[in-house]
Amino acid sequence: MRKKSALRSISVKVEPPSSLTPAERTSILEVCARLRPLDGPLIPILHGIQSALGYVPNDGVPLIAAELNLSRAEVHGVVTFYHYFRKERPGRHVVHVCRAEACQSVGAVALETHAKKVLGIDFHQTTPDGAVSLEPVYCLGNCALGPSVMIDDRLQGRVSPKRFDALIAKARAQT
Amino acid sequence: MSAVRIFVPRDAAAQSVGAQEVAEAIAGQAAKRGVPVELVRNGTRGLLWLEPLVEVATDGGRVGYGPVTPQDVPSLFEAGFTQGKPHALRVGSVEEIPYFKNQERLTFARVGLTDPRSLQDYLAHQGYRGLRAALALEPAAIVAQVTDSGLRGRGGAAFPAGIKWKTVLATAAAQKYVVCNADEGDSGTFSDRMVMEGDPFVLIEGMTIAGIATGATRGFIYLRWEYPDAKIALEAAIEAALKAGYLGDHILGSGKSFRLEIRMGAGAYICGEETSLLESLEGKRGQVRFKPPLPAIAGLFGKPTVINNVITLASVPTILERGAEYYRNFGMGRSRGTLPIQLTGNIKHGGLIEEAFGVTLRQLLYDYGGGSLSGRPIRAVQVGGPLGAYMPESQFDTPLDYEAFAAIGAMLGHGGIVVFDDTVDLAAQARYAMEFCAIESCGKCTPCRIGSTRGVEVIDRLIAGEESAKQETVLRDLCNTMVNGSLCALGGLTPYPVISALNHFPEDFVGPAAAKTAV
Repeated sequence: MRKKSALRSISVKVEPPSSLTPAERTSILEVCARLRPLDGPLIPILHGIQSALGYVPNDGVPLIAAELNLSRAEVHGVVTFYHYFRKERPGRHVVHVCRAEACQSVGAVALETHAKKVLGIDFHQTTPDGAVSLEPVYCLGNCALGPSVMIDDRLQGRVSPKRFDALIAKARAQT
Repeated sequence: MSAVRIFVPRDAAAQSVGAQEVAEAIAGQAAKRGVPVELVRNGTRGLLWLEPLVEVATDGGRVGYGPVTPQDVPSLFEAGFTQGKPHALRVGSVEEIPYFKNQERLTFARVGLTDPRSLQDYLAHQGYRGLRAALALEPAAIVAQVTDSGLRGRGGAAFPAGIKWKTVLATAAAQKYVVCNADEGDSGTFSDRMVMEGDPFVLIEGMTIAGIATGATRGFIYLRWEYPDAKIALEAAIEAALKAGYLGDHILGSGKSFRLEIRMGAGAYICGEETSLLESLEGKRGQVRFKPPLPAIAGLFGKPTVINNVITLASVPTILERGAEYYRNFGMGRSRGTLPIQLTGNIKHGGLIEEAFGVTLRQLLYDYGGGSLSGRPIRAVQVGGPLGAYMPESQFDTPLDYEAFAAIGAMLGHGGIVVFDDTVDLAAQARYAMEFCAIESCGKCTPCRIGSTRGVEVIDRLIAGEESAKQETVLRDLCNTMVNGSLCALGGLTPYPVISALNHFPEDFVGPAAAKTAV
């Protein structure tokens, strides 16, 4: 009879420990259980997780895959296909700056440059104090009142660099 | 003293310039002054440069004031705006402003007029008459009305809606679907958002008619995440319609059923392409499908599916209520009915203009738009979103008509017009078109996935003046490959803005090195 240790030596790759906190894990399982009955539930589930946690953690992917009986590759493929799903924890406020043509015609390029400069970050980054994440967006549907940005869920129009600074200051003050 | 009805739009565009703060200021001042007011949060009238546009119901009709800031509110009360009295911001009756008066509003008839949260208000303004008319008809007769109206897909592809519906009706299946494409991703467009926020019931009514006409009992609205306010408006409207028996089982006692769900997109432009959208609804990466099979035969979850844009579906109630002939009498050539045009970008009077097909760009830019916002000359307009051509002034007399635009290598698309003044650099715009395609390509076909990235590089070399003549040849050849070899319109139309910029504005592509050799 072979020793147990010999059996262990042929076992498959050991899973690295998940970085999910127990609360995150519970939250992901709750969202999956709630939305699984939908037809085509994966994207609603990813939205649900992102609205609960602020992002879709990498270590959530195997969990979602198991819950939906999908492969990890399938879930990973979907998470990474859509620009909206974040894989990193965002700042307290997410600022989307429109880069599309209608906003370009009234100064979006200058606004983008200004935003990166005053926040000291590039797109897809978060300020070191964790207050603001900056993201590009391709049209917010406010094309007659550009340049436009969206701060969390609120659309803002006619955003001059000065108004941008005021909006950011207000957002920071909200903690 | 009865309460004065005051209208302050809840529309996201109006809120983006302070409508919420204005509404709060009005409520606050009214309470302080003991003036009873009833605040109605309507949609926007679409005269966006006047937002926040406040309207007051008076004995002589609704009187508008705009653009109002919260700081203006005390002076409005002092001037007696609750009785429609004069003030520097008074614009009079909105419906008498030429910008509004000259329009032909069919699909947008109620937007800005009614309270989008109120089913009662919808019914009081001809709402659900189209559905009642449809319920009295056989499915094939409903489809015939849509076909005879000449309605073509307003999302951009302009495919006749009646033909799609007829195919779905003729395809037998245990389950069929109606899918609304509310993934309005084109820059320069917001008409879908405006109707969903300002008159959500009309979209729900249109989808219900589509369901009854084709035998589909379930519907999905695929809405982009960028439109959170539209989501709230639609959810409220669906709930109200369900409660009142306009959705669900036995619609208005007819024995017909139709149920509706909203699904949110996740920031992929390609999901505005119908087959990508269906993939996304199924929970997959939004990659384009090969056609055939057509979605009308094998669409969502492999079942026959009507998939139409918001405006297409929202135009249906009018057609059923007033008849195909009525709708058909608007327009020109093979472009029948009206088009909600969005005048955007560097324009003084931007907004929503619903007009019959045939109006010219020049009329829109100068008669409606009042010229550029900056006051500088208009140098170019891009019509039809990021895949639309850049048009120079020499083409401003082109009538808005699908065929007239196609004849000059342009396209109407979803009816968005983006205006640029003479500070625009068309080479930069051409580069951006390729860059956008590279960011948003679904990756399924090579001309789009790789061609867009190579396109950016070639334009960079062209602008830098590295062997310009050769680069131009390569760029034109690459564009030709993309047009003819791409699986869908993203790769297939990205060359439109690029080639039109190159043809009409060659001077912008003359790089430093080329300029030097020319001297």
